[in-house]
Amino acid sequence: MVKKVKLRILFLLTIVLSAILIVFLILKSLEKDVVFFLSPTDVKDLKIIETKKIRVGGMVKDKSISINSEKVNFIITDFKNEINVSYSGSVPNLFSENKGVVAEGFLEDRNYFKAVKILAKHDENYMPPEVKKALGEK
Amino acid sequence: MFKFLKLGKIFEISSKLTKYIFVLFVLVLTIGLTEALILSPEDYKQSHSVRIMYVHVPAAWMALGTFSAIAFLSISTFIFKNKNFFLISKSLAPSGFIFSIIALVTGSIWGKPTWGTWWAWDARITSMLILALFYLMFLLSWKVIENNDKAIKISSLIAILGAINIPIIKFSVNWWNTLHQGPSVKILNDTTIHSSMLIPLFIMTAAFALFSLLIFLMKFNTEMIRIKNKGLDRL
Repeated sequence: MVKKVKLRILFLLTIVLSAILIVFLILKSLEKDVVFFLSPTDVKDLKIIETKKIRVGGMVKDKSISINSEKVNFIITDFKNEINVSYSGSVPNLFSENKGVVAEGFLEDRNYFKAVKILAKHDENYMPPEVKKALGEK
Repeated sequence: MFKFLKLGKIFEISSKLTKYIFVLFVLVLTIGLTEALILSPEDYKQSHSVRIMYVHVPAAWMALGTFSAIAFLSISTFIFKNKNFFLISKSLAPSGFIFSIIALVTGSIWGKPTWGTWWAWDARITSMLILALFYLMFLLSWKVIENNDKAIKISSLIAILGAINIPIIKFSVNWWNTLHQGPSVKILNDTTIHSSMLIPLFIMTAAFALFSLLIFLMKFNTEMIRIKNKGLDRL
């Protein structure tokens, strides 16, 4: 009876450990695709500029949004590197300066990105407007 | 193990308990919903969409917690052939499954106005979908496999393997760049949700936990009636 229990523990351990290994290896080899977006620094480090659709994400740089005739231009920054983005279309409500953003589109070169879709990224801070105002005045 | 008399005793207690839990659940849910939908303030950035969070986050917590519990019970079922545990994990699964679906659906409803998309193949969202699929596999294994002993073994293995996904869900937002935001309620660091929003969140979590308990007890009672009807004095 005790021997059987030991065997079952061994069996379970083998299965679980190999499953963890398999999952780990899959995720590791797909890391490029598991990440939802590249940061501007990742873009700078790209060896080749691919023509397929990618996503670039980071913060919208302060005072960088300019809107002229349906065209939105802004800069995505990760506070180390920056990338210029141009986009035409409607942006989500939460899209604003100093907030997270993910742009989906095509790289023209390492500094210029042509977006076809804009997603706003929300951060982990939740508070009422009055508190935000009070924090801002500090 | 389970003697018939003992089974009857447990049944007596658990069927009585169901009523009390139901009353408590309705009470806590009423308080929670009033707090979450009416009394709590709107968010500075997402305004009223923040109210979806009071359903989304507790549902996701319950789905993760329930699956972890099922996995632990399954380990002991598998190793020690403990026949008391599989009935518990079998009865826990339906509410966990429902909560994983609720988390996915409310997340999608929240994602449209905030992110600008219903769905993204983001690490957090995809791993949560996989959790829902594991719940479904676990539940279906009981329906598909007729031999009870086999069903116990296979469903336990499904739960144990599915548990590998749990830390991936939890840490996906830390390990990779994701569209989904990082955790707001942290154990080691300061929580980044204002207290006026955190309190309704915890009340809703309590309500959902009571709901899980209620569904669990109802399912557990049904399973016991089924055993009784089969005329078995033990499982």
